[in-house]
Amino acid sequence: MALDKPVFIKPKLTLFNIIIGIILVMGLILTILRFTKGIGAVTNLDNNNPWGIWIGFDLLCGVALAAGGYVTSASCYIFGLKRYHSAVRPAILTAFLGYALVVLALHYDLGRPLRLPYPIFYSQGTSSLLFEVGLCVFLYLTVLFVEFTPAAFEWLGLKKIRAIVVKLILLLTIFGVILSTLHQSSLGALFMIVPSKLHPLWYSGYLPIYFFISSMFAGMSMVIFEGSLAHRYLENEMDATHKKEASGVAFGFAKAASLIMMGYCATKLIGLAVDNNWHFLGTSWGLWFMFEVVGFVAFPAVLFAMGSREKNLTMVRFAAIWTILGIILNRLNISIVAFNYHLPAADRYFPSLSEIGTSVFIVTLGIVAYRFITTRMPILHEHPDYKAH
Amino acid sequence: MLDTIIYTLQDFMTYTKGITYLIMGGILIFMPLFWYFLTGRE
Amino acid sequence: MAISRRKFLSCIGAAALTTTTNGLSKAYGASNKHFKGHPDSFGILHDITKCIGCRKCEAACNKVNELTQPEKSFEDLSILDQKRRTDANIYTVVNKFKHDTRAPVFVKKQCNHCMEPACASACFVKALNKTKTGAVIYDESLCVGCRYCMIACPFEIPAYEYHKALTPRITKCTMCYPRLLEGKLPGCVEACPKEALIFGERDKLLKAAWQRIYRYPDQYLEHIYGEHEMGGTSWLYLSKHPFSKIGMREDLGKKSAPELTTGPLSAVPIVVGLWPVLLTGVYAISKRKDKITKEEKEKAVAQTTALAKEDTEKKLEALREKMTREKTSAINFEVKKALEEAEKTDAADKTDDKAPEESGKEEN
Repeated sequence: MALDKPVFIKPKLTLFNIIIGIILVMGLILTILRFTKGIGAVTNLDNNNPWGIWIGFDLLCGVALAAGGYVTSASCYIFGLKRYHSAVRPAILTAFLGYALVVLALHYDLGRPLRLPYPIFYSQGTSSLLFEVGLCVFLYLTVLFVEFTPAAFEWLGLKKIRAIVVKLILLLTIFGVILSTLHQSSLGALFMIVPSKLHPLWYSGYLPIYFFISSMFAGMSMVIFEGSLAHRYLENEMDATHKKEASGVAFGFAKAASLIMMGYCATKLIGLAVDNNWHFLGTSWGLWFMFEVVGFVAFPAVLFAMGSREKNLTMVRFAAIWTILGIILNRLNISIVAFNYHLPAADRYFPSLSEIGTSVFIVTLGIVAYRFITTRMPILHEHPDYKAH
Repeated sequence: MLDTIIYTLQDFMTYTKGITYLIMGGILIFMPLFWYFLTGRE
Repeated sequence: MAISRRKFLSCIGAAALTTTTNGLSKAYGASNKHFKGHPDSFGILHDITKCIGCRKCEAACNKVNELTQPEKSFEDLSILDQKRRTDANIYTVVNKFKHDTRAPVFVKKQCNHCMEPACASACFVKALNKTKTGAVIYDESLCVGCRYCMIACPFEIPAYEYHKALTPRITKCTMCYPRLLEGKLPGCVEACPKEALIFGERDKLLKAAWQRIYRYPDQYLEHIYGEHEMGGTSWLYLSKHPFSKIGMREDLGKKSAPELTTGPLSAVPIVVGLWPVLLTGVYAISKRKDKITKEEKEKAVAQTTALAKEDTEKKLEALREKMTREKTSAINFEVKKALEEAEKTDAADKTDDKAPEESGKEEN
């Protein structure tokens, strides 16, 4: 079997492509600045605020929103919900790209990026939760890569290797869920070491659990959101099965996400009670906390429920976007907004334009890579030679 | 390592967690194999 | 109270000796999980009431650690009016706090060298270590530059060389670890003209500090900062004014950093232990459900086929019967017809006797 689609497709000069081109050039300039003048030259980071949006957004949000990979593959292969099958490949691809970009973003944030393999291969600081995160992200990136390869092998016509990898799918899925449980929760546990710096409303012994639970509905919302984008812009890549199953996937995940989000709200309530943090609710921090939990978790949960009851796809898609914004808000609250809450306003952090630009650049890279792969490999459609794997 | 004294919780955590990570790796390899053994005759 | 050089050297010797002898005995601590820190490790007692804000410690620190010279000299005390923190080039600062009309209070700030350091607990490459001297030191050859130590430090001490493009380092006070190994006092302690800084074994310093509190109760608060804060620190502080009023947080709690993270750290291996069982179990159940559904389907199909087969057979039988019946009736009819015809011919050709027999044979 020859290549499914050619490698080189001549890019068209559309407005979308022009904007992407501009962002990529800007990103390149920022990259050169970062690696010649240092982190201090392009960021607003300082000694009090060592982590900015490159960690708060690129790492924390990136990992949470890439959770769609483990959620979808677990539903399909472990829980046996076959109707999610056509959603698995796009979800795995998004997850793989998400994690790859997280690692790329780390190269900007780390002082000595070339030493990134040190914690795993050279000097293991096992008492650190960051070690846990690093090890699991490294292993999970490998798992995602292997899970993604069948699509590439089909594209390249390598039948034998593909057959071997397909046999490993269940094992890889279980590994994926274990590794995701570990590092999603450990990202929350990173902040367990700073009870004195993180506002009590966000600091909790349940932080790892909050991060893990919220990653589930983050992943589901991303699958729904990404599905709606793909429907709009990549519809000619989809086959009949994908189109037929797509709304079922959206309603199924909407229902599941709604339930999990309600459970998440319940655990937040328990967290308040356990630490006796009720009195903070009356402060401005409390308002902000309620804004996050009620406005960006409970509210979209109800929207999801209504959308799934009434089979209203538009409502489900809207709720998905709202939930994703809520996840971003939550991760930024923990890593930036409510972090160092005790410092005077002058010592607080706000990202610089170049920091935001770099983050936009990295997200854009992801979009470009997603489009490159989906327009070539059998992601949104099944390869005619390998129906019903 | 067993002969030396561990004076701080920090060193204790580093040491014990190092061992548990190795055990975790072992579990992840052993469990699939055991599953194949368990269901081998089906 | 400052100890002499000779006494200090003997301290080092004693520390080394006890470590080696204890090394031969059985590991303690692992059994009851209570850790008291390195025995006879050093500390520094900062008697805040004695500090005059001369910045001689800052100057000494700068010189000893070969840091870049600041623009304004250390003689310039006007800088004390700003609230400062440690920086990539400044391992220690003295801050001034004014209380009403009384004389200002000066507080030195630097790494407190925690008994259970948060930075070391957070470091994922073991670049930060609590040594047996008490000093928490940094190994730049391992550091990846993630800055999690800066996040973790409750005292906001570690600083970063943000403007180095390729080889930035974390910087912080080392308690003059290289000097300790040479048998010298830390730079700041040696430079202090007012005995506001006292170097010695931490245990002994603690006792001495409590003695001061008992002896001069109106001069000191009944609290040694660093005795229990974040699991205790090698630096200890005596003050007359509440610590929270002189830039030192009193809400840090007594739990050390590794204690704060033991929970999630011990949950990790349990997930690895139980998740494979749970997930494979769920998989097996869903697969079994599929199998049962499949079997039921097959059974239903088989049953329908069987029923259908029976039905067809019945129909076939009926058809066969019908056909046989038809056949017999046809034969009978034909026979009858033949007989009738024979009779007819019989009647017609009464004279010819052979004719009916022949025709009857033909019929058969």
